[in-house]
Amino acid sequence: MTQVSATTTDLAGPDLRLSAEAEAPPPGAAGGYWHAVGRRLARDPVTITVTVVLLGIIFISLAAPLVAGADPYTGSVLSRLKPVGTPGHWLGTDETGRDLWARLCYGGRLSLLAGVLPVAISLCTGGLLGIVAGYLGGIVGTAIMRTIDVFYAFPSILLAIAICGLLGNGLSNSILALAVVFIPPMVRISETVTAQARQLDFVEAARASGTSTMQVIGHHVVPNVLGPILVYATSLISVSIILSAGLSFLGLGVTPPRPEWGLMLNSLRQAIYVQPYVAALPGVMIFITSMCFNLMSDGFRSAMDVKLNK
Amino acid sequence: MLVFVARRTLLAIPILLGVSLVVFGLVHIVPGNPIDMLMPPEASPEVIEQMKAAFGFDKPLYVQYLLWLLRALQGDFGLSVFNASPVWAQLVTALGNTLILAVLAALLGFSLGIMCGMVAALYHGRWPDKLFSAFATTGVSLPHYWCAIVLVMVFAVLHDWLPAQGMGDDSLPIWQRLDHLVLPVVTLSLIPMGVVGRLVRATVLEIVGMEFIGALTAKGLTRWPVIRHICKNAAPPVLALMGLQFGYLLGGSILVETVFNWPGSGNLLNLAIFRRDIPVLQATILVLAGFFVMLNLLVDIAQAAIDPRIRR
Repeated sequence: MTQVSATTTDLAGPDLRLSAEAEAPPPGAAGGYWHAVGRRLARDPVTITVTVVLLGIIFISLAAPLVAGADPYTGSVLSRLKPVGTPGHWLGTDETGRDLWARLCYGGRLSLLAGVLPVAISLCTGGLLGIVAGYLGGIVGTAIMRTIDVFYAFPSILLAIAICGLLGNGLSNSILALAVVFIPPMVRISETVTAQARQLDFVEAARASGTSTMQVIGHHVVPNVLGPILVYATSLISVSIILSAGLSFLGLGVTPPRPEWGLMLNSLRQAIYVQPYVAALPGVMIFITSMCFNLMSDGFRSAMDVKLNK
Repeated sequence: MLVFVARRTLLAIPILLGVSLVVFGLVHIVPGNPIDMLMPPEASPEVIEQMKAAFGFDKPLYVQYLLWLLRALQGDFGLSVFNASPVWAQLVTALGNTLILAVLAALLGFSLGIMCGMVAALYHGRWPDKLFSAFATTGVSLPHYWCAIVLVMVFAVLHDWLPAQGMGDDSLPIWQRLDHLVLPVVTLSLIPMGVVGRLVRATVLEIVGMEFIGALTAKGLTRWPVIRHICKNAAPPVLALMGLQFGYLLGGSILVETVFNWPGSGNLLNLAIFRRDIPVLQATILVLAGFFVMLNLLVDIAQAAIDPRIRR
């Protein structure tokens, strides 16, 4: 008896999926779709390259104690501002004689954290608010969207600087400020895609057959809107890396002597007259990381065939 | 059209009110009183109470908000708590300096972006397209504060061609100090160029694929009139983006202004943060955000003027 029922569910499973796919191929619903995405990604050399570079940067940051070869906090006044290629300090030293390579390795930890975490927070809160607003509509939807409009009235960096400046400097405040900045666009994107997904036949059908709101959202809406929302979130990481390093650059983010690329760029700024190449290095790291996230997001977007209309 | 303008203008009012609430609220979310932050720890309670009364911090929050809003509407942002000079005067000078940079950077960035985007789309898949796409992606991913440092390094440190910072000697007329503008304007124009160029390329590509372009060509129209039709159809989304980007140039130039020591609104904001000068901070954010709302309003109206479909 048990065996029979198991077979029926097995049969019903693929059958349902096929019909859903024939209607409109929803992102994230069928294994076939993700297979196609994977195939397209495998044929895209740019996306593969930037992903490998990003994994390399993440590895170096995480394995900093192993690869740095020096302590990022201790320096010697005798060896400050050494040029690139100095024996023992292959990327030179900073204004207090600390090894730049070691500081770049350790700096990646905070820079990546301060760049990625705000996007993750805004993805969870903004995504949820947007899905609720898009699915429920009505008074709740309007209330959420009109509140978001107010935050849209601030140029993003201005809002981040205002929040950070008032709360005081520090890593957690900078993460919080950037999360607040990214929530409005996240809400807008997820509201738009949810309102579209709500019109799909199988969502209508689920609602008509009396499925609870939570279940419809959890089982039918979220899997269908997650693709575009995630793609949008990855495109925000690039901006977030630049902005969070920018906040530290202004002295509003990470506090010295902790290594962070934006802060390092600021403290080395005066050294451009002495060691221009060493002074530019932290910026190169910010640039490469942000560029890789940007290109990776572009690659995912075209592989997943997502069109985002902001 | 008039109805559209009126309705859209009315919609901006609640947003502006919301903005003022956020700006006011931000200051009061921070635990403690703005005066507590300013006064030295050894100040006597009587002096603190006196200061609170003088700045109106002893009243209930909603009264403080209404008073602040009423005065702000009349252009009275009070006195700076750092140097007791009127906030409005400081703000006007700083905004003027920022506007110079923003307008020039917008002109440079938008014109280059539109040109490159058009060329890339019309030569889709060939080398101008690939070159521009690479360039635009770089422009979008560049941390502009770093780019500013690199430009200073190349043009002011390695070669003594351009001044590294500031606005130059005040006693000289502005046209003799134009060299001070070059580096900040070029730095600021990179992002708008990349962003606008990318959108122009995508929009033009989409329009070129539409049926009416084929019909126009079949009708015997030459290349330039067809391009004119493409431009008119691509204008609304591009215009909207340019409005946003101009707003970012006004409000987001703080990092570049810091590098170049440019005495604009970003610099004023930065100083206000480090001096804990709440009146200056509130006024700068409020005015910049107000500018941004107005800019969006103008863009919406301009879009509707070009494309009648939007008016409905």
